[in-house]
Amino acid sequence: MAFLSSLVNGLSLGSIYAIIALGYTMVYGIAKMLNFAHGDVIMVGAYIAFCGAQYWGLPPVLCVLCAMAVCTVLGVTIERLAYRPLRQATSLAVLITAIGMSYLLQNLALQIWGANPKSFPTDLIAFPNLSLFSGQLKVSGVTVVTVLANLVIMVALTFFTGKTKMGKAMRCVSEDRGAAELMGINVNRTISMTFAIGSALAAIAGVLLCTAYPTLQPTTGSMPGIKAFTAAVFGGIGSIPGAMVGGLLLGIIEILSRAYISTELADAIVFAVLIVVLLVRPTGLLGKQVREKV
Amino acid sequence: MSGKQQSELLLEVSDIHVYYGAIHAIKGISFDVRPGEIVALIGANGAGKSTTLNTIAGLLKPRSGSIRFKGENVTGTPASRMVFKGLALCPEGRRIFQQMTVKENLEMGAFSRPNTEIASAMEDVFTRFPRLKEREKQVAGTLSGGEQQMLAMGRALMGKPDLLMLDEPSMGLAPILVEQIFAIIGELHAAGTTILLVEQNAQMALSVADRAYVLETGTIGMSGQAAELLNDDAVRKAYLGH
Ligand SMILES: Nc1ncnc2c1ncn2[C@@H]1O[C@H](COP(=O)(O)OP(=O)(O)O)[C@@H](O)[C@H]1O
Ligand SMILES: [Mg+2]
Repeated sequence: MAFLSSLVNGLSLGSIYAIIALGYTMVYGIAKMLNFAHGDVIMVGAYIAFCGAQYWGLPPVLCVLCAMAVCTVLGVTIERLAYRPLRQATSLAVLITAIGMSYLLQNLALQIWGANPKSFPTDLIAFPNLSLFSGQLKVSGVTVVTVLANLVIMVALTFFTGKTKMGKAMRCVSEDRGAAELMGINVNRTISMTFAIGSALAAIAGVLLCTAYPTLQPTTGSMPGIKAFTAAVFGGIGSIPGAMVGGLLLGIIEILSRAYISTELADAIVFAVLIVVLLVRPTGLLGKQVREKV
Repeated sequence: MSGKQQSELLLEVSDIHVYYGAIHAIKGISFDVRPGEIVALIGANGAGKSTTLNTIAGLLKPRSGSIRFKGENVTGTPASRMVFKGLALCPEGRRIFQQMTVKENLEMGAFSRPNTEIASAMEDVFTRFPRLKEREKQVAGTLSGGEQQMLAMGRALMGKPDLLMLDEPSMGLAPILVEQIFAIIGELHAAGTTILLVEQNAQMALSVADRAYVLETGTIGMSGQAAELLNDDAVRKAYLGH
């Protein structure tokens, strides 16, 4: 039962990684860049939800919606101001800009909300705890909501990219930007849309993360951000199902290592697994094997 | 079409210069296309044929000169807007969306059209390319080279363009498929489609075109009726190999 309980916890943490990883992977797939500020958008989302509950007296649903709205605007603005002018620049310049953006967000948060950790309201997600196997396996309400949210997001994104005009346009841009333009697709607008979706998801992830681990400070987003980025690479960066699989596996491996091997070594084990996977499959678990075409 | 000479031109390219950074790829070329014509742009590898088409399509911006399409000055209009004005480019190397199905590729070709027109446009394309109908649900990357070229052309036709630009449609295809592609170009022409055709296969291009321009490292050398160029000694020597 202890194992099952760890597995459930891993699934929950993995779901959060997966939701964050979607943001990395979609932006990478479509804009061909690593948005290292993505983790910090999570932190901003969590602060907004915190303020909504603590200072503005908003009901929980509005707190989450507010966080999503702010993060969407933030993500689109970052892209517009910092990344779009570098569309023709080298990827190194873009990467450095993204890292700079990450520090900028952290320092702005430090200015606005201070360095003292805030304790995140854990009642923001009020869902009854589950008790399974006649009380032997307890699953917290947050866990249930997290796993469900992940499922809903996955189904919604699959539908969006598979069936809608905008979603298909995104796949076109991701495959061949020039050819997409020749179809009449506005590439800039598509990239903005991708940042909007990724950032809204980051807000959700921020709320879920801070409800499960309720300490909020300006650096809250960095470590989960890096882990989720790892998850995206693990699953195959650019691939939406890859982000899902990578996130879930990463969460489960991390929690199981912590429970059965060593708390200190858990992160090292996670990254070791990543390295092994990349040695065997350089494009990640579900990544596209790039084929040379004549 | 009626009125003055000016309005009879579907496309009018005037003295455009195109650069890749410091590389001066197109050095002041001018040419035009009238409605219903097939105009061929021939020339050796690296002459600037693709650059010319990409500039007209809006993927590249000319540093100077002008491009008029359907009487409107469209110089510097981005590619995604040119499509809505009725211009389609079937690019060099086909550039179909490999990971999408044949049907999805065709749908994307109609991105600029209202959703209600997609079904009938697709019927037209399937009539012209029955092979694509058979492969409708197949992922495009698994098609043969000839099928991919048909898909690329079908995709361009889905937008019902007023001007179809084809960049080396015969590239890399077996002779039998080259014949087939050119037969289709002839059919499209007969159906009234205006085509600007870029080819290294000058023989085939000149035999299907009405008029042609010969591009030589960024400038236009010769031009005239395709049939005349086909019999011109200089052209035969330089581009037809005999
Ligand atoms: N992306 C590019 N960057 C720099 N130079 C280019 C690029 N594309 C083409 N060129 C150069 O521009 C010239 C014309 O190329 P292109 O238009 O592709 O010729 P063609 O289609 O007739 O073979 C060539 O000298 C080529 O090397
Ligand atoms: Mg070319």
